[in-house]
Amino acid sequence: MALPMTAAFLTGADARTEVPLKRRLKRAERARQIKALALILPLLVFLLFTFAGPIAGMLWRSVGDREVRQVLPQTVAALADWDGKDLPDEKAYAALAGDIMAARASGTIAIAAKRLNYAQNGFRTILTSTARNLKAAPEPGTARETLGKINPAWRERATWTTIRDAGGPVTGFYLLSALDLTRNADGAIVAAPPDQAIYRDIFTRTFLISLSVTVLCLILGFPVAYLLAALPPGRSNLLMIFVLLPFWTSLLVRTCAWIVLLQSKGVVNDSLLWLGIIDEPLRLIYNRFGVCVAMTHVLLPFMILPLYSSMKAISPAYMRAAASLGAPPLTAFLRIYLPQTLPGIGAGSLLVFILALGYYITPALVGGAADQMISYFIALYTTETANWGLASALGAVLLLATILLALVYGKLVQGQQVTGGMKN
Amino acid sequence: MEAGTVPPAPALVRFSGIQKTYDGEHLVVKNLDLDIRKGEFVTLLGPSGSGKTTTLMMLAGFEVPTQGEIYLADRPIKNVPPHKRDIGMVFQNYALFPHLTIAENIAFPLSVRNTNKAEAQERVRAALRMIKMETLAQRRPGQLSGGQQQRVALARALVFNPQLVLMDEPLGALDKRLREQMQLEIKQLHETMGITVVYVTHDQSEALTMSDRIAVFNDGIVQQIDRPDALYEHPVNSFVAHFIGENNVLSGTVETVEKQYCRVALAGGGAVTARAVNVSGAGASTSLSVRPERIAIIPDGTSSDEPNRLPAKVQNTIYLGDHALAVLDVADNREFMVKLQPGTHDSLRAGSLRPDSLRPGDDVFITFRPEDCLALDPV
Repeated sequence: MALPMTAAFLTGADARTEVPLKRRLKRAERARQIKALALILPLLVFLLFTFAGPIAGMLWRSVGDREVRQVLPQTVAALADWDGKDLPDEKAYAALAGDIMAARASGTIAIAAKRLNYAQNGFRTILTSTARNLKAAPEPGTARETLGKINPAWRERATWTTIRDAGGPVTGFYLLSALDLTRNADGAIVAAPPDQAIYRDIFTRTFLISLSVTVLCLILGFPVAYLLAALPPGRSNLLMIFVLLPFWTSLLVRTCAWIVLLQSKGVVNDSLLWLGIIDEPLRLIYNRFGVCVAMTHVLLPFMILPLYSSMKAISPAYMRAAASLGAPPLTAFLRIYLPQTLPGIGAGSLLVFILALGYYITPALVGGAADQMISYFIALYTTETANWGLASALGAVLLLATILLALVYGKLVQGQQVTGGMKN
Repeated sequence: MEAGTVPPAPALVRFSGIQKTYDGEHLVVKNLDLDIRKGEFVTLLGPSGSGKTTTLMMLAGFEVPTQGEIYLADRPIKNVPPHKRDIGMVFQNYALFPHLTIAENIAFPLSVRNTNKAEAQERVRAALRMIKMETLAQRRPGQLSGGQQQRVALARALVFNPQLVLMDEPLGALDKRLREQMQLEIKQLHETMGITVVYVTHDQSEALTMSDRIAVFNDGIVQQIDRPDALYEHPVNSFVAHFIGENNVLSGTVETVEKQYCRVALAGGGAVTARAVNVSGAGASTSLSVRPERIAIIPDGTSSDEPNRLPAKVQNTIYLGDHALAVLDVADNREFMVKLQPGTHDSLRAGSLRPDSLRPGDDVFITFRPEDCLALDPV
């Protein structure tokens, strides 16, 4: 009789203790979690407002399309069920006339004109001239005739598809433009006309400049990092100060210093002339050479520091072991040392490359017209022409490329940890 | 002293008048002359900073002697770079290449020598078999335990059949049990493969277990080179006597010297007869060395013919499982250790006390044979 009671008591005790134990654990952990959260909260909020928010805004602007919808709401609604094969019906013409009248009254016609002009050159004129000449709302049933008379463009199907495509609320127009693509009147994606197709070249140029700068940084930074890692602490600290020195001067100052050095009457040219090595000044600045030199100088620490930290972790015993096993110094370096610095090379290269992708001031100051990188155009569209949609789309493409690169790098590093990457 | 008992073989390594300084002021190695014969297992033993590791590094080629010459198989190697010396080395922290698999690590010395692939593969397989790790060939060093990594480091240093293998405190990072097991494995490898090994350690029991000969280093000088038993039984000076094994010290002054023995008046009162090992003559101060296991404790008043009988007071007894230690107050030494073997006390001197019969504060006598008491240089 006592036995089943004991058993029941035991299982009961189990059930009773298990739940409270979990709850107790949770309660004990909760205080810690709240504390941890409180510690990161200020930064989290800051990042949310200054980083995540703006990026989300940028991404939205690269696909958002509201101007035409706001200014010509009835037209957009009327074109919603248009099949696009023929000219739209009288209803759409009447809606457009009504919208234009209303827009003229509120002075918003220019907003829609600007947006439509991106999609079709000359659309601004079509819209403003129509607004100017449309004295009163046309009689019912005569809207098509009236508008056609004011501007013959209203008798063309392409004019209407432009309005329909710009009707929003989302559009691929800016993203396509950023890739030198556009939609024709039938809605198919085609190459943009040659006079508008400039962005692929600029992206290619941006990537090429970034790549050259990365390679230059690697070539120049590797020996320095090696020296830093090999020197005794006292002297390596001194050298490290020299490496970090650029961080303590403003980017603008450093870039301007290169102008002083490299211009045709600059220090370098004068010295070369004086030494009789050259007869006339070399063109060292306001071209690709100047951009690469100045950017390499600015970005070099970002290569050296990851390399240094990966090299610092390599015990000198490895090179000794390699030598004692019969490897000559070069073989030991290539087969033992270099493979172990690969994570550092990868991290440094990725850092420099991504930073270089977004460079703006340096190319703007020391580059020529043919050396401006994508950020220059993003800035141009943001501040000069106020074409935020295109600026955002270019930014989105750049962001996507950067994320892809980071992912590829992550995959490579991970793969290396699992399989070792290097094989003899 | 009694080094001649190892069958004479040609010296494979000869240090000749080697000196080494790092700062130009202090000699880390002061005038080293040392011969290592082919097939020998020689241990360089000494406290840290005694010059043993520097000596090994000079042999490996990572340090250059300031003076003197090192010969390997009668060839001077002072100016030969490490990778051309044909010396395998096992490092303290293994130094296995972390980005290579176990098999690739072991194959490394073969591949830098351009050994043909089939042969290299066969030798790697044989090496893996030797260390019983065939199944782990494709693992990386980071996935192995310390003992396994040590085996791989051994295999890697042996796979190219070097004429000499150096080991720099290879077992320092392992726990005690594993270390003892590896000591036996290394010893066995040495015996079966007939390799010549120079081994550096600061652990005297490790040196005693494995070595054919031990060179005891202190202060940049080799104090004594000898077989393990000779080092233990016949240390030439106080340093060696203290460094190898446990040791009780009594200080005193030599009264008379007669043949190999001398009579020493103890600083704490009383006199004993000791073997005169390192004393200059009558009147010289000396340190007496007596091993704890060569002493018997006899109760107060027991008559004995022994010339060495000293009064003692029991301080403490320490139980250590296989034996017990009695801590006594003898003459000027307040921590005089006597090793008692509870199970076998009868085989010791008749009348020796059992540890459980000793109480702190008891007055007893200790006795030891003159040949077990060494008169050495004063500490």
